[in-house]
Parts: sequence; C-alpha cells; structure tokens
Amino acid sequence: MPETAPRIRQGAGNVGSIGAPLTRREGPLKVTGRALFAADTLPPGLLHAALCTARIARGRVTGLDVAAAERHPGVVAVMTPDNAPTLAKDPDAKDGPFTFRLDLLQNASVRYANQPIAVVIAETLEAATEGARLLAPRYETETPRIGLDAEAPFTPPGIGIGQPPDEGHGDVEAGLADAAARIEAVYETPAQYHNAMEPHAAVAEWDGDRLTLHTPSQGLTAAVGRLAGLFGIPPKNIRIESPYLGGGFGSKGAISGPQVLACMAARLVGRPVKLVARRENMYGPMGHRAETRQTLRLGADADGKLTALDHHTLTASSRFDDFFEPAGGVSHTLYATPNLSVRHRGVRVDTGTPLFMRAPGEATGSAALESAIDEMAIACGMDPLEFRLVNYAEVEPISGRPFSSKALRACYAQGAARFGWEKRPLQPRQMRDADGLLVGWGVGTATFPALMFEAEARAELRADGTGTVVIGAQDMGQGAWTALAQIAADGLGIDIAQLTVEMGSSTQPSGGIAGGSAHTATAGGAVHAAAQAVIAELAQIATTDSASPLYGAGNAGVIARAGRLIRRDDESRSESVGEILARAGRDRITGTGKASADPAAQKSYAMHAHGAVFAEVKVDPDLGQIRVSRLVGAFAAGRVINPRLVQSQYFGGMIWGLSFALHEHAALDPRTGRFLNDNLGEYHVPVNADTPAMEAILVHEDDPHVNALGVKGVGEIGITGTAGAIANAVWHATGVRVRELPITLDRLLG
Amino acid sequence: MSIPLRLTVNGERRDLVLEDPRVTLLDALRERLHLTGSKKGCDRGQCGACTVLVDGRRINACLALAVSLDGASVETVEGLANGDALHPVQAAFIAHDGFQCGFCTPGQIMSAVGLIREMREAGESVGDAADVERVREGMSGNLCRCGAYAGITEAVVAAARAEAQAGEKAA
Amino acid sequence: MNLFAYTRAASIAEAVTAAAEPGAAYLAAGTNLLDLMKGGIATPSRLVDITRLPGLDAVEPQPDGSTRIGALVRNSDLARNAHVAKTYPMVAEALLAGASAQLRNAATTAGNLLQRTRCAYFYDPASPCNKREPGAGCQAIGGATRIHAVLGWSEHCIATHPSDLCVPLAALGAQVEIAEAGGRRTVPIGDFHRLPSDHPERETVLEPGALVTAVILPPEAAAFSGHARYLKVRDRTSYAFATVSAAAALTLENGRIGAARLALGGVALKPWRVAEAEDALTGATPDAEAFSKAAAALVAGAKPSGPENAFKIELARRTVVRALTLAQAGTPARMPALPASPFSHAAGALHA
Repeated sequence: MPETAPRIRQGAGNVGSIGAPLTRREGPLKVTGRALFAADTLPPGLLHAALCTARIARGRVTGLDVAAAERHPGVVAVMTPDNAPTLAKDPDAKDGPFTFRLDLLQNASVRYANQPIAVVIAETLEAATEGARLLAPRYETETPRIGLDAEAPFTPPGIGIGQPPDEGHGDVEAGLADAAARIEAVYETPAQYHNAMEPHAAVAEWDGDRLTLHTPSQGLTAAVGRLAGLFGIPPKNIRIESPYLGGGFGSKGAISGPQVLACMAARLVGRPVKLVARRENMYGPMGHRAETRQTLRLGADADGKLTALDHHTLTASSRFDDFFEPAGGVSHTLYATPNLSVRHRGVRVDTGTPLFMRAPGEATGSAALESAIDEMAIACGMDPLEFRLVNYAEVEPISGRPFSSKALRACYAQGAARFGWEKRPLQPRQMRDADGLLVGWGVGTATFPALMFEAEARAELRADGTGTVVIGAQDMGQGAWTALAQIAADGLGIDIAQLTVEMGSSTQPSGGIAGGSAHTATAGGAVHAAAQAVIAELAQIATTDSASPLYGAGNAGVIARAGRLIRRDDESRSESVGEILARAGRDRITGTGKASADPAAQKSYAMHAHGAVFAEVKVDPDLGQIRVSRLVGAFAAGRVINPRLVQSQYFGGMIWGLSFALHEHAALDPRTGRFLNDNLGEYHVPVNADTPAMEAILVHEDDPHVNALGVKGVGEIGITGTAGAIANAVWHATGVRVRELPITLDRLLG
Repeated sequence: MSIPLRLTVNGERRDLVLEDPRVTLLDALRERLHLTGSKKGCDRGQCGACTVLVDGRRINACLALAVSLDGASVETVEGLANGDALHPVQAAFIAHDGFQCGFCTPGQIMSAVGLIREMREAGESVGDAADVERVREGMSGNLCRCGAYAGITEAVVAAARAEAQAGEKAA
Repeated sequence: MNLFAYTRAASIAEAVTAAAEPGAAYLAAGTNLLDLMKGGIATPSRLVDITRLPGLDAVEPQPDGSTRIGALVRNSDLARNAHVAKTYPMVAEALLAGASAQLRNAATTAGNLLQRTRCAYFYDPASPCNKREPGAGCQAIGGATRIHAVLGWSEHCIATHPSDLCVPLAALGAQVEIAEAGGRRTVPIGDFHRLPSDHPERETVLEPGALVTAVILPPEAAAFSGHARYLKVRDRTSYAFATVSAAAALTLENGRIGAARLALGGVALKPWRVAEAEDALTGATPDAEAFSKAAAALVAGAKPSGPENAFKIELARRTVVRALTLAQAGTPARMPALPASPFSHAAGALHA
C-alpha cells in the first residue's frame, strides 16, 4: 500500500516557527502524487459503486430496471429502497441545526434533481457505471418549484447557524426620509456549487459492526457521530481517515448522502466498496450556496454619512430542510448608521438543501452591500473609499460592542497606496489602456467573523528532543499540516524539524471543524494548550529538582526553546529536555490540551477580520468581454502564523471573489428543475488565464482578546470585498451597473 | 472479453489484460496499475487533474481509451522525481506555493512539464511578461479550485527559465 | 458507457466496411465521443479505431498550391505546422484558441469537424431532442438559450456548432475528402455540415460508414496569409467555447480590398458564410463603413431563437467588424500569447 503520510517531517532548509514563511510540510508528498486522497485507497477485494440519480426534481420513482443492471457483466448488486440495509435512525430526523437530512434510499420519493435513487455495485467501475445507466428509472413527475418566485416568502426561524432573521436598530424609514440622497437597488446572486476538485469519495469497509471509512471530511467528530447514529453502532467502532481533502469549501463539512451510501453498499455486499461521486452527482446532495435577491435601501446626509441602511434578503432553502443564506450579516458589521435594518425571508424550492459555502452569508451579502455602498457614494458625489471612511464603524453596529481589534483603516490606506487609488477619476468611463480597452477601478470592504470551535490535542516531548502532536484536524489546502506544526514546535520549544504531526484521523483527539475560517484558532489553540501542558510538567520536574540549574525558578520562570528549558531572568541557566528527563527517569512527557471560545471575551467584544480589496478591470468597449487585470487586497486578521500560506489563502479567496463576480452560475431549467451545467465545462470557474496580477498585503494587527494565539481566520475573507470591488470596477470602466451576478459580456454591449 | 494491453509507464514496461474495452487510460493507471497520482476531477476532459504525458505530449487521461493506446509510452507524476530528488517543476511548485489542497497538483505538474517541452520545441522563450501570459494560457486546461494560479504560474515560469538557463550553460 | 466491440482498422477499406455496420462509430482521439458515451448520449455497439490508419496524419502542401491536411493530424500539430502557421495563420489561431492544450494535443482535424453541439439539452438524455431522437421535440426551445443559434435554426433544433477550426476552414473554402464504400469524393465544407431544417439528426453529408480522410485548403486560400485573423469572444479568457467568433481574411491591393473571406462561429449549426458579405468588401476601401456593411450582410436574416440569445446578433456584427479591422492591420508576426482573444492585442503580448 502506498503511504498515507500521517507522519510528516519537515524537510531540510526550513527552520523556524510561528511567523516564518515555511513551505508546506506535506508538499513533497503532494507534488509526487504520494499524498493519498480517499479515492486512492485500494483495499484488497474492493468493489466499485456508482450512483443512479434522479432526472426529475420532484415526484416518485415508479420503476427501476434492476434486472437489466444485474445482467450487466460484473455487476454484483443493485441497492434500492427495496434492499438497502436498514438504518438505526431516520436520516430525516434532526438532532440539531447541523444535522442535515440525507437521501439514503429510504423511500421512492424524489425531492431534487440528481438525488441518488439507487446504487450499483460491481467488480469494476465501468460495470457499476453502466449498471447505473441501465436502471433507466421511470417516474411519476410533479411540477417542480424552482427560483425565488416559486412561492410566497416566509420568515425563516433562523438563518445560517441559527441567527435571528431580523435585526436592527433605529427607524430605517425615518432615516431614509431624512436623507439628502437615497438609493434603492436590487441585487441578485445565483446558486453556486462548491466544486472542490476532489469529488466526494468514500472507501468503506466493514468488519462485523466496525466501520473503516476513507473519505474527505472537514469535521471528523461530527461525521463519526452521524454515522454512529445512522448505523446504530458506538462511535468507537468507526474510524474515518481523512489525511487530505482535495478542497472542501464547506461541502465536506457535514457528511453527505453519497458518502453514507458507500457505507451502506459495503454492508450490503460484505466487501469493501469505493464510491466516488461523478462531477454531476455533486450538484444536488452535497449542498450549494443558495441564490439570493437582496434589496438595499440606503440614505445619506449632505456629508455622506449614512442615515439609514436597509438590507433585505430573499433566499431559498430546499423543500425538506433548512439552511438560509445569512446574506445580511455583513450589514451587522461594516458601516455605522443610526438606522439599520437587516431582514431575511425565504422560499422553498425543489433543489438539494443549500449549505455553507466559502464565506457563507458574507460572500453573497458583501457582493450586494459593497455594490450598494458604491452606488450610494456615487449618489453623494464622493469617492467610494472616502465614503467608506466617513461611515467607518468604530464599534459593531447594532450590538454596540467594541471590536477586539480592527485595523481596517490601515487596510484601506495600505491597499489604496499600493494600488494607486488616488489617481482614480470619480466619473466612469474615463480610463483606457494603450489598446483602447476600457479600464475601471473599484474598491470593496472585506470582513469575516473570527470564530472558534472546540478541539483537543495530545502532545509529546521525548528525551531525544523530538516531539509529536496528535490531533484529528484536517488539511484541505489551508495549510494545517504546516501551521499546526509551527504552533506546536514553538509550544514545545523545539525546532520544527524535530516535530512530527499526526492528524486527519477520527481516532485522534477531536480537531473540531475545518471551517468558518476557525481551524487555526481552534486546532491551533488545542495544540498550543497541549504543548503548554507538556512544558508545564517538564518545568515542574526541572524547577523542583535541586540538581537542575533551573531549580527554584518556578514554572512561570522558565521558557522552552531549542530543545531546552531556559530561565527567563537568566538565559545563561538552561538545561536540555534530555538532561531533565534522564534525572527524572522518564523518556517522555505527554500532555493534552483543549481550546474553545472564551464566553466572556465573546460577550465583551465583536471579533472580525477585515480587509480592503482594490480591483482593476478591462472591458472591450465593443465586445463586452471582461478581464480583471489587477487585484490588491490588504487584510488584517490578527497574528500571522505563516505568511506564505496566509498569502495563498487570500489569493485563493480573491480568485473566488473574481469567480463570484464574473463566472459562477448554476443554471437550472425551471420547467424541469434539472441542471443545464452540472459540469466543469459549462459551470465556469476561473482558469489560469483569468488570473490577474495579484498582491496581498498582510496588515499588522495585534489582538489580545480574540483567542490565546491572537489569530483570526484567513480562508474566507478574500472572497468578501472582492466580488463587490470587481462589480464596482466594471461600473467604473463602462458606466453600466450590473446588479445580477455574474456579470457577463452580454450585459455590457450597450 | 479480455484485451491485452502493453504500455510503457514511467520507463517501465507494464503488460496488463483489460477485462473490458471501456477502460480509460486514467482508470487503467489508477485502478489497474495502482498509480493513483493522476486524479479524476471530472472524467470529461474539463478539469485537467488527470493530465499525463503520452508519447511525450500532455493529454487528458480520462478521455483516452486505454485499448487505443496499446504500445504507448506514458509518463505520470510518479515518474518525475529521481528518488528523493524532486523534478525541477515539482520543486518549483513547493517553493512558489503552487498548490493548496494538492488534488489538481499532479495534473498541473504534468501539464507544466508538457508545456515547457512544447515551448522548448517551438523555440519559445519565457523571458518577458508576454511569455508569462503564454504560460497562463498554456496552463488554462488545469483548473485549481483553491485558486493557487498565481503560485502555479510563478512556479512554471521559474522552472522554464531555470531549464532554459541550464540549457544555455550546457550549450 | 455501454459495452461495445472494439476493432482496430488496418486500412481505410477495412475501416469503411466495419463502420458501415449499424451502430458502429469511428474512434480517433475520442475527446468528444468518449464524453458522449460516458453521458449515454452516444451508445455505439462497435468502435472502429482509426488511429493506426496509415497516411492520415500528415500536412502535405500540394504542387497546385493546395494543402492536404490528414484527418488524424492533431490540432496542436496542425497549429504548430510551419506551413500552416505561415500560410493560413487564422487556422492556427483558431486552433490555439480552442479547448485546452491537453485536448488540442489529442483531438484530430476530422474529429473537430464532427464534434457535436454543446446544447445542454442535447447532453441531457432526459430532455427530448430531435438530434438524438428524431421527432421527439426540442427542449431547448423555450429553455435556457444563451448559447443557441441566431441564424439557420429551425423549429426543430436551435443548436450551434461549437468548432473554432471550422470557422476559418469555411472562410477559406476548404474541401472535405471522404472515403466511402463507393470510393472517395470531396465536399466543400460549406456543404459538409447540414443546417437542422426538419432533420436535425442529419448533421453532415456523411453516409453510414463514410470516413473523413482529409481536409484540403484550396490554392486560393494561400493568398490571405498577410491579413487573416480569428477572433473569439467568450466568457472565460481561455478554455471556453465561443459565444461568437469570426474569421476574417483580406487581400489588399493599392489601398483597396482585393478579395475577402468571412465566416462566423457560434451563431448557427455550421460556420456561417455568406457570399454577399464578401462581395460587399471586394474592391471596397477597407474602412469601418465597408466592414459594417459586410457585417450586416453576414448576419442578414438573423433572428433570436430565444430571448437570451438576441444579443448575439449585435455581438456578431461587432465581432466581424473587429476581426476585419484586425485582419486589415495585418497578421501579427508572432502568434498572440492569447490567441484570438480580444485581450491579445495588448502591447507586447506576443510569443513566437
């Protein structure tokens, strides 16, 4: 078997710790193809499974040609509602807001297009795939409801992770009435699909009532809990291995139906089964970013100060479950106004249930809000950056809490200086490049909350000066293998080359969720705490040992560095880990640590990362084709663990913002509810040639309140701000305001 | 049905018998030869994660029928490094952070190796901004959802320039 | 993908015989066919592999000044062929603007001609489609039609042909050489693809078993090398099908247009070429007015097949005017770094 690489040693050439721009520790495995993703798992006796999915969006399956599939050479079994293994729990039962209803062949009903309706298991992938086609389902079809006008809107009980749908303060109508200038605009954002490059894959194997599952997961503990409930087995009987995720972006946060179906298929046939979603299978049962229609009404006084901000969102959840895109959240955070109203309404449609997708809420909401702010600035005759500064929120709007830190002014200033913003003409359609292309500049404010979940970790320091940290954390590309190692190495006071990190398995202490831009804070916090526990015990041994040069220094009187404990007040007095442990007759010290949010700090402070994104676009004046030529982002997100990886996170987020503004759009035929572009050829995401010149400025920010490490998240904020900045730049280039995203060339033909 | 298939994979003769003519080159590599470095992201030639070199040229392995390639020479990501010594393109991807999750990376790297060969054969340089644009276009058959394109382009340009300089010294 | 029999043809005669069997299909690179088979859109009972057929992979300039391009010449080889790049630069530019480098390395000349439409409803086996099942109806009509036809469509089919290569080939009057049971014949490319009319399932003039063996560029096509461009308007900077594209070629004599060649892509089920548009340019002064007249003649009779594609008519006009303007300025000495892109004329953005 090829290596799964749960143990990684830093290669030569990298020495350092927190703040150092180390290259990725798992890099050599990824560039050689040796990093094993779930679908690369090939246990002996493996069978292949393929999904048969619904080609209607609403109705029932009335027939499947099981015999035809079974006759196909190589087909071993066909799993349908008639023979699917019995589950211990109804997959539609809700344990909480994060338990999403799954379609696991419990009945014949169809609730969305591409819903799994059968699984074919075969000796080869080719046979399984053809077997699924041969099932040729027959349906009783009902007319689907698709789109935001599908039904009368209602007020959802909660939005996002359960926030109230309506919030605000003051009197928006009065504020608008008092305004010297007003705008009202409706922005539409389409449904988008995560489209991680790695399709959801699962290799499942049962040994009695013990399950081993190789599958990408952004939350191993929750996935184990869900599977334990569905199969009626203790969580300890389940082992999930997820050393690498080929991207997640939220789609691998909660285990999806097809991943569970792989386990059911393996149980049905009594052999290991691999089920890899085809790309089109990912448009339905794996969640998506819901479409929104956002109505923004803004008023400003003669000085450009906002007198009112009304942000109304209409969004869609599925007919059978709840997730309402919290698009208005950004208006809670960004601008000061005495009259603020944020409301969310929902409709139910015949699609899969929407889910968290990179910057849920903030991405959709900031695309609209940042365009509206631009429109308001224009209505006031003000520079859009100046307008944002005039309306800068010194405290969090609505709650009135101070920010734990907020270096947004510095982001605006540094980003504007780097971009050359001061040369921007106020009026649109003023700039051309040497080739006659229209040029436009736009700005958008970025924001994302600094969240934190719960995690625990184990750390070990050995007499030979090497260490290990163990945590069920997940690396989906954000750089956890490296960042957690940096935190652990500093915590244990050893060179990172002496440190081994083990992660990505559900058998390890819970690493929490790799999501919400909170993984470094959460898993990093746990690793830090575990390392501290180890060092505390080591210090206890040394400082109470009269033979030690550290005797009597007290725990707080020593620090760990370079494999030694050193007296804080006299660095000439130190002793190596090996020496301390040798006298104590020990060969290692093990410690555990936990991390979670501090409720007191959370209550006292508003915690958000911030940024400013400046975009330059070029537009062909006749043909309308658009290209983003330059993006400069300046972001403040607390302490930076690894600037190289943080820059990459910002770049990735900015590319997502570009994609949001110009490319992504899931197209459904409203007559059938079927997808017209459930593939990567027609569902456009940017290609390399769409990439502009990019810069990310890491603005210094100290945050003593946010968490023990002082870090905020960096994975999602890059999208926010960018989509709006690009939309604003397109307006500035062309004079055309496109309020329905993505902005495509046909809108700019004039 | 059993179909004999002879391939040379990373310089090594690999004989296999396909039970089925439907097997793509990608599935032959991954599921039959257990060379799982090449990835399946779309299975339709729309993402580039499966890029390998066949007889020296980069193609989408998911859209090539294995039986049709009988006798071909295939290079995959597993064959690039020389022991622990990374291929210059691999090293450049690490140095320039040309990946995040790593799933598209084997395809990106094989595509980059193919592109650099194509540019060399066509006598194209990587000397100025226009050539960077050429690299961007040449790498556009490889999607990266993490958005690591800036690092990818830097890595490919750096590797191509290093190779050109090495070539000049050798000449 | 359905199970199929696999035959590797050793000669053209053998191939034509094998492929005449009902349900048989030719396999070259398979970049389109395999995709269709994976989607259950094509379900051939036999694949006749023609990749080992001798003599079909060469680009051969002929004594009469024509150029014979073998059916199996890969797109990238054709684009990089020195004779083609120099003599028919817009053919090279169109090829390099198509798909991705990986696909161009695999896809063949004849395969490009025979690629199927990108209509989403054609690709969805659950949607009625007159191409897939004659008489079933057209689900695209009344659906999402942004990419659909504005010229030459019928009430039975509103699809477009997605090829880039075919657009300059059509403009240059290429001939398609076909081997069939009765021997060989050549067909002008303008007659090779059929408009949908009331038989959208008949996409070309090929009879069952017929094999495209070559594409021939006639001697007069060489006259346009100095002023020939392909322009492709699209939703991504690369790796996207044309929203609208145009091939434009001119000869200039004493400040006037000697001869002109024009064709549009992305607007119909075949490359759109109209004699009146070229006639309007012949002898004219190459200026905006003449180009606009030609563009208007080229899109004469255009009509949206759905509200979402109405913009393509005006876009097609503008694309033609721009392509003519670029052609007049002269073929660039080096292929642009972004071939056929509106962004390719950025100063310095060129490569060898």
